[in-house]
Amino acid sequence: MADQTRTPQGGGSRAPVSQRPHTVAPGSAGIGSQVTVKIDGLDLKVPFGTTILEAARMSNIHIPTLCQHDDLCIAGVCRICVVEVEGMRTLQASCAYPVTQPITVSTHTRKVRQARRHILDLMLANHYGECYACWRNQNCELQALADEYGVDSFRFGHPDKPKVSKDASSYAVVRDMNKCILCRRCVRTCIDLQEVGVLEAVNRGAATTISTFMDKPLSDVVCINCGQCINRCPTSALAANDPTDEVWAAIDDPRKHVVIQTAPSPRAAIGECFGLPAGTALTFELNTALKQCGFDRVFDTNFTADLTIIEEGTELLLRLRDALVDKKPEAVLPQFTSCSPGWVKYLEHFYPEMIPNLSSAKSPQQMFGAVIKTYYAKLHGIDPADIVTVALMPCSAKKFECNRPEMCDSGFKDVDYGLTTREAAAMIKEAGIDLLHMPKSEFDAPFGGATGSGVIFGATGGVMEAALRTVIELVCGVKVENLFSHARVLPVRGFDGVKYAELPLQAVGPVPPILKGLFTDWNWLRGATLKVAVAHGTANAKKVLEDIKAGGKFTECHFIEFMGCPGGCIGGGGQPIPTSREIRAARAKAIYAEDEAYPVRKSHENPAVLELYAKFLTDGPCGHVSHRLLHTGYTPRGKYIY
Amino acid sequence: MNSHVINVKTRGPILFGGVTAGEGLKKALAMSRSEIISEVRASGLKGRGGAGFPTGVKWNLAAAALGQRKFVVCNADEGEPGTFKDRVLLSDYADLVFEGMTIAGLAIGARQGIVYLRGEYRYLLAPLEANLARRREEGLLGSAILGRQGFDFDVEIRLGSGAYVCGEETALIESLEGHRGEPRNRPPFPVDTGYLGQPTIVNNVETLALAASVLAKGAEWFKAIGTDKSTGSKLFSVSGDCQSPGVYEFPMGITIAQLLKVVGGEEAKAVQVGGASGHCVPAKQFERTLAFEDIPTGGSIIVFGPGRDMLKVARNFMEFFVEESCGQCTPCRYGNVALLEGVEMIEKGRCSMTHLNELKALGETMQISSKCGLGQSSSNAFLSIVTHFENEILGRPVPA
Repeated sequence: MADQTRTPQGGGSRAPVSQRPHTVAPGSAGIGSQVTVKIDGLDLKVPFGTTILEAARMSNIHIPTLCQHDDLCIAGVCRICVVEVEGMRTLQASCAYPVTQPITVSTHTRKVRQARRHILDLMLANHYGECYACWRNQNCELQALADEYGVDSFRFGHPDKPKVSKDASSYAVVRDMNKCILCRRCVRTCIDLQEVGVLEAVNRGAATTISTFMDKPLSDVVCINCGQCINRCPTSALAANDPTDEVWAAIDDPRKHVVIQTAPSPRAAIGECFGLPAGTALTFELNTALKQCGFDRVFDTNFTADLTIIEEGTELLLRLRDALVDKKPEAVLPQFTSCSPGWVKYLEHFYPEMIPNLSSAKSPQQMFGAVIKTYYAKLHGIDPADIVTVALMPCSAKKFECNRPEMCDSGFKDVDYGLTTREAAAMIKEAGIDLLHMPKSEFDAPFGGATGSGVIFGATGGVMEAALRTVIELVCGVKVENLFSHARVLPVRGFDGVKYAELPLQAVGPVPPILKGLFTDWNWLRGATLKVAVAHGTANAKKVLEDIKAGGKFTECHFIEFMGCPGGCIGGGGQPIPTSREIRAARAKAIYAEDEAYPVRKSHENPAVLELYAKFLTDGPCGHVSHRLLHTGYTPRGKYIY
Repeated sequence: MNSHVINVKTRGPILFGGVTAGEGLKKALAMSRSEIISEVRASGLKGRGGAGFPTGVKWNLAAAALGQRKFVVCNADEGEPGTFKDRVLLSDYADLVFEGMTIAGLAIGARQGIVYLRGEYRYLLAPLEANLARRREEGLLGSAILGRQGFDFDVEIRLGSGAYVCGEETALIESLEGHRGEPRNRPPFPVDTGYLGQPTIVNNVETLALAASVLAKGAEWFKAIGTDKSTGSKLFSVSGDCQSPGVYEFPMGITIAQLLKVVGGEEAKAVQVGGASGHCVPAKQFERTLAFEDIPTGGSIIVFGPGRDMLKVARNFMEFFVEESCGQCTPCRYGNVALLEGVEMIEKGRCSMTHLNELKALGETMQISSKCGLGQSSSNAFLSIVTHFENEILGRPVPA
């Protein structure tokens, strides 16, 4: 019996029921029917089980929320959304109250207004700091509510000193519990959305706080640095570890040659920090703005995204031959992508035994760093010790990745600083630059020309689509457009948690020149069916990995794309706040639109990449030089870390 | 019997009325499930933990709910300050409690019962386990109980770890599942989504013991005692400034004055009814009755004599809630701190009437906006004390 209580209930979710979505009792007669609810005098019919909050939103009645987040299950803990339900003694949390019979609701009676005001006052009595000394100033849900409810004094006091010190141990995520209002979105994000479970509420009563295991620093627990908690924190209790001071210092230092690479996802989202609706890409305006900030060169991460496709794709073909033809026991399939550092650390912690499945190819960010401090430095005669490489990423885990001790293959730290979209926006604002009205400018040579394949890396399924475009053309010798209209590999697109696709390789072509050193022919692939899968968010990754452990259908896959964050990089932990399914979809749309605008849309056709192989990586993909600079190894960390 | 350890003062007709082991269960086995529930409903028995939910209704909801398995949970997390009557039942009348659970299992179709035993009652674990073992030998637990094929029911005992909030039924269930003890959103209620997501009834120790007595002697016999709306008798744990503190069984509907006379506390200036989460009743209201229709209570009676400093009483209760709030919802987590700070301000003579009124309003907010019964009742003591003893509190000398 005792063991059964350890068994997670409800589809493997580990959160306690108190923090799980409400489900209407099985067998309820009303399922599928409509119920009438009267809100503030307005009659409406809603599906049985709709919450009062959802019903109110349908009729454009605004109910304030804090602990509620559309990406997360219901907690019902902040109580700011309480409403009066006729006939009930107590107010009800509208986010957690399912309508199962006709009820009458009032959303702004005296009792409700007084309760909300008291709840706000109590939060403010325990929320340290002043709004003007806060990075979430004007982007804070607590501040917005205080404004909405006309808070003009602290009726129950206000802390004038921080109670606890910040935890800035992690390269990626900084925790400041003095700002925490205990909405537990971070807890639910970590345990439910991502199924990592680093954060949990500890202690009772007024001593309640959010803690890591045994209150260890965040750097010493199984945090995968995905930063999803940052994106969902209503206040500034969670932040990314911000290196902008160091970046400014490098820019200010005349001896330093400061280069920045920008990834497609921040370009598709940075406009949100300047008031634009989600889904407006500002790629070329951003180039000008960054130059004006003082960066010496602005490069396109897509260049190394294309390079990643060549390296990772070649690795896949080698693995397939080793496993299927030569039956080498060390060649394991499926191959897992390795460009998402949150996902990589997740695997290292929770499935270290599957590290052999992980592609040894570095992420585009790290490949770029290594190429800049070797090839580019030599090409321009710059001492790599004087080069500072900055990466503009949608990601908090990239900050950890660039600080991995093994990421120094150029002889220097390959990437010095990782900036998030938010931090880059702050730099641009600080420099007084009007991003929205910047003239457009191109990326700098020699890595300027990128392809649409690199761009779509930002959305879930994008790496897989880019890889398929290249593998199909290199192996089958036919245009991918013959198989997929406009080279849109639709089976791997979209926001389904786990996608699966099969691609029969009916005909094979000649081995293209770039791979001649590795393969003599593709006959061994003729008639084979390539099986691929895509998972985004580590909760979905877990499903796939558990299936593989159990010998399920994903063991038959050859290649699986994993992204640490829901939606892929466009939903990364460094992206503008807020986030929602709609916002992520809009960003993804911008990325796919950008892809179609590129004249070249396949990685293996990128002339700059081909030139790099011709001039620098002369022994070809997965060759000696590329192995030294562009590939890496991983650390089996385990769950119980030091 | 080790009742000498516990100061049992009066033994009433119901709990101590000579219902023998197996009597209620044998009668229940001769009835259909719906007849058992009807009998409990007819008796008017209401939950003895303090909330007073009709037991028969609860059983009926769980019986009607769909689930792969169902559970009967006995809430023995007796944590309300000033309550110690369940300890008497578990010490000396455990058979009645287990029998009540078995009857409930029969009525709702559960095969498993769990006693959630307060951590501080660990010393009762061995005798209770011995009792369960004996009942299994006697065929009162296990498979085919008393020869009825298909009626299997057994009881296991789990220990709490000292959190007050785990007496709240959904927090108790979270705790049983191995989670942090925190109340769930209701609805859904445990009767359809309880332990392990299955239909579960959570009943107080006393309620289950009474249910066994009701089945043994009949609803009519039970209804003859108490008032119309509060049938039967009730155990009271009496403590504080009186001559004979201890456990008493009185019929429901007894006035506070009558009770005080029996326990030797006629001098009292106030009585805290229902423990820390209850109400402080001043002397001028001692004619009020202890019944669900007037002052509902789980049985804790704390008597405050003429010499008591009521502000200290309020402070004591607020300190309790600051510590025992589970910390989940805002009004309870921080509201109790604000009220305690208010008490401290009054002590120092630095609480303005404006602020006191704000605190009273805050107390009302906590009563209506907290997530569970703990938060909703945590300001009761403060509010009743500052209301009924305003002159005493505001007129007290301020320390230099």
